[in-house]
Amino acid sequence: MLQQSRSTSVDFAGRTEQQSSLDLEDIQHFLMSRPPARAARYEFLTFRSAAGGRAWLKGLIEKVGTAKAVGSSQVDSRWVTIGFTWAGLRALGVGEGSLATFPEEFRQGMAARAQILGTTGANDPDHWVGGLAGPNLHAIAILFARDVAERERCRQEHERYVTQCQSVELLSCLDLEAIPPFDYAHEHFGYRDRLSQPVIEGTGVEPTPGSGPPIKPGEFFLGYPDEEGLAAGVPQPEILSRNGSYVAYLRMEEHVAAFRDFLRQHGETPDQQELIAAKLMGRWRSGAPLVLASDKDDPGLGADLRRNNDFSYAEMDQHGYACPLGAHIRRMNPRDTTVNMNRRKMIRRGGTYGPPLPEGTPEDGQERGIAAFIGCASLIRQFEFAMNVWANDPNFHELGNERDPIFGTQDGTFDMTIPNRPIRKKIKGLPAFTTIRGGAYFFLPGIRALRYLASLGDGH
Amino acid sequence: MATAVPLKPAEPSRPQARAWTKPQAMAIPKEGYFKLQNGRYGPIYPPTPACHGFTIIAKIKPGREEAIRAYGKTIEKAVADTPDALATLKLHYLRWVLFEIGQDTYFMYQGIFDTDFDKYTEDAVALFTKYGVNTVFENLEGFPEDWKTNVPAFVEFVREHQCPSFLEYGEYPFATADEIKKALKLKAAFADMLDLMQ
Repeated sequence: MLQQSRSTSVDFAGRTEQQSSLDLEDIQHFLMSRPPARAARYEFLTFRSAAGGRAWLKGLIEKVGTAKAVGSSQVDSRWVTIGFTWAGLRALGVGEGSLATFPEEFRQGMAARAQILGTTGANDPDHWVGGLAGPNLHAIAILFARDVAERERCRQEHERYVTQCQSVELLSCLDLEAIPPFDYAHEHFGYRDRLSQPVIEGTGVEPTPGSGPPIKPGEFFLGYPDEEGLAAGVPQPEILSRNGSYVAYLRMEEHVAAFRDFLRQHGETPDQQELIAAKLMGRWRSGAPLVLASDKDDPGLGADLRRNNDFSYAEMDQHGYACPLGAHIRRMNPRDTTVNMNRRKMIRRGGTYGPPLPEGTPEDGQERGIAAFIGCASLIRQFEFAMNVWANDPNFHELGNERDPIFGTQDGTFDMTIPNRPIRKKIKGLPAFTTIRGGAYFFLPGIRALRYLASLGDGH
Repeated sequence: MATAVPLKPAEPSRPQARAWTKPQAMAIPKEGYFKLQNGRYGPIYPPTPACHGFTIIAKIKPGREEAIRAYGKTIEKAVADTPDALATLKLHYLRWVLFEIGQDTYFMYQGIFDTDFDKYTEDAVALFTKYGVNTVFENLEGFPEDWKTNVPAFVEFVREHQCPSFLEYGEYPFATADEIKKALKLKAAFADMLDLMQ
């Protein structure tokens, strides 16, 4: 059932469909294209009965955007995605035989994998909010909207719908909004975002210079060849797993005032503070990579997609004099300093939540951060590897006692080494700039799989 | 949530700086670890004064001894042609041994390396595929036939056949292969410099 479209139209994701062998009519759009949304809402749901859950799903399937539809239209103003936890699939009535064919990490769920992920201490699931660590989390409805007004309209519509569907309950929700200035994507610390995303083979998108070749679809969607050939052991029945993906959800609070205090503490002048911020990330806040702009920010470079990803580490900055070995981007994408990089690629989606904290304002007690989804075909090989090794292995790159300075679990006992000549700088006892406030593993089924799930009670 | 397991003896304190100056032995509980800590594929085995390592012992299928012995030559050539073929594994040493118990022949694979095997399992599997190490493993009884695409099954085989040491010793504890190579390089450079000054 491979989709062989002959259309050569170019959509807003810049892709042509000519070479597509992906079943774009069946794949949910979520990991395939990024709609022009400035607001979002995530609703976490629980089903009190299988029939109720299926009825809710049945009425929503038509609203779920396919990769084909979302990619080809500019007029949409809202985009809906649906995913289920393993407990949610069971709650909908998926049989035990089928449930057992899902991989163990998904069956256990993110909270049970905390020790492996390194989400301990303040990041421990015991402290998570929104019922995400509990057994009643069954589904997520992700809404991306063009603006806040459209989101509010959709929220009300879904609220009315859930009220009609008896035995479906809202466990918790999160509203997200882009933060100003709106002319480029960035998070609360001020770093430009969305600079490095894998390109999927067959979508026709041309990778930007330095981004490497397109990645086989099987790294992100079940039922397609991956970088090693055809992935075996997909969940059964095939109609349930084909064109589906796993996503890891993370709600990460950002401690903006603590971050700014840290920069002031370690930099006397604004320029020095910017440099410290850049050393933590590996890029200036403008997006300019340190490997290409080691001493001075270059905002033109940061904004230029043809240039801002075109660099390597082993060849251009082996010892980390420009980009420290432990900097966030050097951990999360070690490029030419690791092997099998194409087996570790992930697609990131999400946005910022909470109000921006104006410069010069002390901590106001409001939660703000990033709530993101990491999409892949194997949670254990892709997402859990990134958490276990890249983010939280203290000895990654033989650093000895460091974790990701932005994203790793920090408790004041880890360091950050900034190589320099003649003498390196070592920051002892890095504070936590972020806290994981929640997370979960979801399966995003294809459209046919959603219909299959909705019809489970009808004699399957 | 994860709970501590209090019944095991406490793990000796982690190596300090310059641990290599003092030889050290470490007695290891039967399980192979001091405190149960789970990695992605099961319990994590701690580093010892003899670094990370494993000892895998498995019975070979009858009549396959020569095929396994012959494979020694293949690895020899692969490393000769591509000296960094196994660099990913951060190895110190590998030992492959065949021995007999009664009528049966067993294969023992001992490796000493610097990375936590649990962390880089998929990279090891990819490497085994690339250099055809499967020709050896596929001659072992119980090795999963779909190992190339089924990493969990491969890992399960390794874990089932892994025999943890009960004692490990290091003359220069916790030194990594990279550190040793750096030190030897420095020594060579220093010797060259002294020669030039004569």
